[in-house]
Order: sequence, then C-alpha cells, then structure tokens
Amino acid sequence: MTAISGNTTGAVKQRTGSGPAQLEICGVTKAFPGCLANDNISFRIEPGEIHALLGENGAGKSTLVKMIYGVMQADAGELLWEGTPVTIASPHDAREMGIGLVFQHFSLFETMTVLENIALAMNDVRDMAVLRQQVIEVEKTYGLPLDPDRHVYTLSVGERQRIEIVRCLLQNPKLLILDEPTSVLTPQEVDKLFETLRRLSSEGCAILYISHKLHEVQALCEHATVLRGGKVVDTCDPRAETAKSMAEMMIGQKLVSPDRGVRPAPGDVRLSVKNLSLVSDQQFGTDLQDISFEVRGGQILGVAGVAGNGQNELFQALAGETEIHGAPDCIVIDKQPVAGFGPRRRRRLGAAFVPEERNGHGAVPNMSLAENGFLTAFRRMALSARGLIREVPTRSFAEGIIKTFDVRTTGHGAEAGSLSGGNLQKFIVGREIMQDPGVLVISQPTWGVDAGAASAIHQALLDLAAKGTAVLVISQDLDEIYAICDQVVVMAGGKMSAARNMADVTIDEIGLLMGGLHDLNGDLAPKQDGGQHDPA
Amino acid sequence: MDWIVPFILTVITASTPLLLAATGELITEKSGVLNLGVEGMMLIGAIAGFAITASTGSATLGIMAAALAGMATSLVFAFLTLTLMANQVATGLALTIFGVGISALVGSGFVGFAIDPLPALNIPVIRDIPVIGPILFGQDFLVYFSIFMVLASGWFLTRTRAGLILKAVGDSHDSAHAIGYNVIRIRYMATLFGGAMSGLGGAYLSLAYTPMWAENMTAGRGWIALALVVFATWRPGRLLGGAYMFGCISVLQLHAQSAGINVPSQFMSMLPYLATVVVLVIISSDYTKIRLNAPACIGKAFRPAQ
Repeated sequence: MTAISGNTTGAVKQRTGSGPAQLEICGVTKAFPGCLANDNISFRIEPGEIHALLGENGAGKSTLVKMIYGVMQADAGELLWEGTPVTIASPHDAREMGIGLVFQHFSLFETMTVLENIALAMNDVRDMAVLRQQVIEVEKTYGLPLDPDRHVYTLSVGERQRIEIVRCLLQNPKLLILDEPTSVLTPQEVDKLFETLRRLSSEGCAILYISHKLHEVQALCEHATVLRGGKVVDTCDPRAETAKSMAEMMIGQKLVSPDRGVRPAPGDVRLSVKNLSLVSDQQFGTDLQDISFEVRGGQILGVAGVAGNGQNELFQALAGETEIHGAPDCIVIDKQPVAGFGPRRRRRLGAAFVPEERNGHGAVPNMSLAENGFLTAFRRMALSARGLIREVPTRSFAEGIIKTFDVRTTGHGAEAGSLSGGNLQKFIVGREIMQDPGVLVISQPTWGVDAGAASAIHQALLDLAAKGTAVLVISQDLDEIYAICDQVVVMAGGKMSAARNMADVTIDEIGLLMGGLHDLNGDLAPKQDGGQHDPA
Repeated sequence: MDWIVPFILTVITASTPLLLAATGELITEKSGVLNLGVEGMMLIGAIAGFAITASTGSATLGIMAAALAGMATSLVFAFLTLTLMANQVATGLALTIFGVGISALVGSGFVGFAIDPLPALNIPVIRDIPVIGPILFGQDFLVYFSIFMVLASGWFLTRTRAGLILKAVGDSHDSAHAIGYNVIRIRYMATLFGGAMSGLGGAYLSLAYTPMWAENMTAGRGWIALALVVFATWRPGRLLGGAYMFGCISVLQLHAQSAGINVPSQFMSMLPYLATVVVLVIISSDYTKIRLNAPACIGKAFRPAQ
C-alpha cells in the first residue's frame, strides 16, 4: 500500500508489473432484462494515470461507472482496489475508499447553495464553517473560483461542474471518474479543466475519463479502453491514434465523415430576424437583446454559445412557443411576418423545429413513435382526414423515418421514452426532415449522440440544405458547427454577434465571443470566466 | 374590550389542529411526497384519540393512540405510493374517503359519549395575570406542542444535516439517489411523521376543541391544512402565521354573531374556504417564491434506475 502513495505519473509510464493497479476490473458482467450491458469487462487503471473509456451510446460505459461507484452491483466478476478485492455496496462506500465521480447530468440541487450541495455529498458530518474553509482552500489550490453562498440555479453550467469537481476533490480522491465532462464547456473552460486534471494526475490521482470528444481524449489521456456492445473490443494509446481511427474502433466500422458536397449558391432569404428583443418569461432566463440575422435557402447558419445565454429563448421565439405581439416583422419566414403566430401556423408555412430536450419537448415519452410522428407531421404529410387519424399512412410515415434514419427500435409501436437518447434524436430529426421543410430550426442536434449517429444526422442536415432549405443550428459543440455550417453567429448574454463565414473565423475567436468579449481587439486577460469573484 | 381574551382563546383552539396537521404535511411534502389524505388521517386520529380516552379515561393514552393511528394510516399510503408506486394524488384522495368511512364506523358506538376536555396547564399565580395569564399559560399540552413542533421543523429544515438531506430528496430524487441517499426510506419517514401529526391534529378536535365524537367532525380542516402548506410556500415560519390567520377567520363567525353583526351565518362559515381560494391564487402569482421553496419532485414517484 505504501508503494502506491509514492507513485507518480513518472512511475506509471512503465505500467505493468510495478505494483497493484489503483483499480483493476476483472471480468465484470452485468445483465439487464433483454440486454447484456457489460460482458466480461477487464482493464486496469494505474495510480496517476489518465485513462479514457470510449464507446458509443449504449456500449455499457455508464453501467460500468455505476458499478465502480457502488450505485449497482455486478452479476459476476470483481473489482480490485489497490490489489485487494472489494465490494462497493453504495456511493458512500465508494467515496470512503477514495472514488469521486463527476456526473454527466449534474447531480445538483438547484434551489440550494453551493455549500449545501457540497455538504450533501460529503460522507462525514462536519461543521459548516469548517467545510466552508475547506471549500475555499480547494478552490484556491486548484483555481476553481466559486462563491459558496450562491444558489445553484444562478450559476452557469461551467460553474456547476466546478461544484461537482470541488466536492470530489474535498474527499482527496485516489480515483476520479468524469462522465462527459466537457460537453457543456467553452474551449477555454475545457483548457482550464484539463489543467486541473493534469495537476491531479501528477499528484498521483488516477482519472477515468469518459468522453465522445476524441480530440480531447487525444490531448489528455495516456491509455484508452474501447467498449462496444458491452465488451472491451480494443485498447490503444490515444496519442498514437487519430480521432477518426478511435471513432472507428468505437463503432466497429468505417466512419463516413459528412460529405459537404458542392454547397449550392445561397438562394432567397427564407428566415429573417430583425431587432428581436424579448424579456424572458422564465425566472432565471436570459433576455434577448436586439437580435438580427438571416438565413438563405441552401445555407446552414450555426448559433454557437454556452448554454443559458439566450439560446432557449431564441429557439422558443423562432418556434412560436413564445409569441411576440406588436412587432410582426421581427421574425419573417418566406416573406411572411410570423412573430405573432403560434407554432402550428409557422409549421403550416413550411417551418420545422427540433427542440433540445427530446423527451417531453421533442417527443411525448409515453406515446408510440407512430403517434409522435403524427403530432408534428399530420398536416404536411396528410396523416389526418376529417378529424380522424389515418392509421396506415401514419404507421408507414414512422416506419419510413425508422428506415431512412436507421433508428434502432422494435418498430413504430415502441414508446418514444424507451429509445436511447441517440436513437430518439435520430427519429425526431428524421420526422422533421422527412416533411421537407423550407426552414428548419434545430437545437443541439447531436447532444449526447454517438459518433456514428451524429455523422448520420449531420449528413441529413447537409442534404436538406442542398435541396434549398434554410437551416439554423443552435449548438454548443464547435466541432459540429465547423463540420456543417456555412456561417456562424455567437450568442452571449442574450446578444448575438454578427454572422461570420466559417472560413474566416478561428476556434479561439469563437471561444472568446462565447465568453462575451465582442471586441476581439480588446485585452484578452479577463477571459470568459464569469466566476472571477474571489469567494474569500 | 372584554371580548379580546375569549376571542384570542378561541383563535388558539381553532388554529391548533390546522397547525399540527399542516406541520406534518409540510415535512411530508418537503420530501417530495404529496399526501392528500390529511383529512382522512385527522379523522382516524380523532376517533382513535377519543375512543381510547373514553374507554381508559387517560387523555395521555388517547393522544398517543391518535398519533399512532395517524401514523398507521400514512404507512398504508406510503406502502402504496412509495413501494408499489401507486399514483399519489389518487391514493391520497382514497385515503381521505377511507378515513371518513372507517372513523364513522368505529365512532358509531361513541356518539353521545362525553369526556373531560384536555386539561390545561394551570400554573397557579402566573395563570391569574390578566390577559397574558390565560393566553400564554392556560393552554393544554397540544397547543404548546403544536407551536414547539412548527418551530422545531423550521430549525430542522434550515439548520440540520438531516433536514438538508430531506430537502435534497424532495428537490431532486435522482440526484439524491446518485450521491447515495436512500430516497424511499427518507420519504417513508417523512410520510409517517406527517401521519402522526395529522392524527394529533384530529385528536385535538375530539379531545380539546369539542370533547366529543361526531361523524366527519374535521369538516374540511384537513384540506385547509393542505392549502396552508402552499400558502406558507413550504416555510414553517409562515405556516405558523398562516394557521393562526385561518383560525382567526374561522372563529370570526361566532364572534360576529354574538356581536350582533347581521351577516348570514352561511356566509361566515364560507369564509375560511373562500380565504383559502383567494390566498392560493395570490400565492401562485409569485413564481420565484414557489420555485425556491417548493419541492421540485413533489408527487412524483421515484423509480431507482436498475
């Protein structure tokens, strides 16, 4: 045991044989009704190593993490912690042993303060004043500014993630697990997170890093284990691979990157927004300030920005969920002022909308795929006659989507809520694209969707634009914007930057705009960080 | 001015059952469980307390029986909604209907019985101080207990780790489960506490307010207690104020009549319920307060992902 505490990254380089692993996973198997989520998985994580766990949605990554963190138990196989077989019966046990987990979907309580949230995830009851002191110390040591008394709902996503990291660090973890940590961060925030992780690793903390973003894995990780269909299918050194080669290991076949083809010359303006200002009706929303842009037929315009900077409000204004009365001209679809219209009248003009949340907003979870297809398409696809549902066309419409977009499901009768996130997203995107819209507004088209499905969705959007549709993509994922968009605008604090051609703008410039620095010639020192205030 | 002391005394007796039941429901709801069976649990507590007191002659035993009976009723509710995941709204309504029925059945033998009202805590000398004496020192045990419990609940929710965990479970059961709290067990405990307090609220009616048993004697107070929790936006301090305000409104009718104010008595009996509706509308307009204090997971069944 003493040998381990002395281990550093230097010692880890010759990894085999030099002592017990921090965590060794031996033949772990877990079955759920109807699916073998983990099938005889084995790999080891050395102290101080940054180890990537790769795999598509449904490959079994989350199941494995849940077993390591004690949320569920393996059916077979064992875990060796520092060489000793252990049973991790609960998250409490896991934390006791020194395992920290930064959740993919934050496990935070919105109406509580930062300090309360941290206290809830600590094992030993401490004096709040002492805890506060410890929090401030960890924040200073690792450069993670956070005000312990702020309520979580007032914080940006990046700041929320800091809470999760700080609360793991307070327990002096020997193994830190991060599940998709960067999907919500700006490029600058990602750099900062990596600094923290490298520092932890140099102090001997092992890190298990789960991400879809393969170039990040390349930049950060020393080893990678690839899961597919619940099995370990490959291991590699990410530094010696390309993002494409790793993606192909994950999906087990050649990755077809989206083919931009010959982009058509932009046609007429199909969607235009002029001087749109809107006070958010949400308590903690962002007001839109004087937003103007236009999208021409055949064009894909990307809206970049960190979540919570007005994208939701913009989507709702465009989709007609928020109607704007008094200034009908501020949103125009195909020359028709629509700002005062609701979603149905806008859809009738040929517009289609794909919201960010799939379950509950994009689809009704308890209804079948056929019924969900009917809900937005009944008019354009003539699925209804005299107030009745036309069963056969409705079913074949859903089957068409399932086939064209390779939705993996049991059929049109499956409940929307039973599909995995990526599959449901393919269905919803497919449902709108199959209606051949003139204008498509789509929010986070591939959030949490794996490489194969993402590539299919991107291709579908490019094909749609090639047919003359104006496409607006709201996304936090800059790779995505680079992959498919012709132009980009950036939202920060409810304002929008001017449109720039993708060819003329660097990823760093977009990152700075996302942080709210509209003046690119200005001093770069104060970064984008909203949490500069010193908590002390 | 001689009406002031009797007026305040009747306000206290009218408010105490509301306060007891609402404090219990507040804790239950804070854990994310909506138990609409308060009225039923109060009735069961009322008859249990009355029956035991009448047969043993001991009010102490009666009070304990009421709390246990309320708790047992809420255990049924908890088992149905938390273990079997039945719908909370429907189960709560069923519980109220069940409570009305079973209390009438058990109570049919006790109609017309008379018992001594709950003895007041009579401290000699101090009790004789004019005005303050009878109001502050001349009450029975349950009155002091109700005020103690609402203050203790406030302290529990804001100052203790267990209270923080309770709120966490009500705010996001998925997050609480993910960081390792036993959501179902915590909700069971909160629901049982709510049941015991509702039982006590009922017992106050049958042992102190009107020391007798009458069918359906809660007369909608369980529903007012439910409304009070929303009125208080789930904060115990406001609950105390709210319960006394409703108590005050509900005794107005008696005093208005004796003061010779000529308003139809039916209108005066309507007042507490009318006030409930008005207050709920006003409260609902302030979204921030609700958002910050309302348990976000209220009424939602928790299925641990397995």
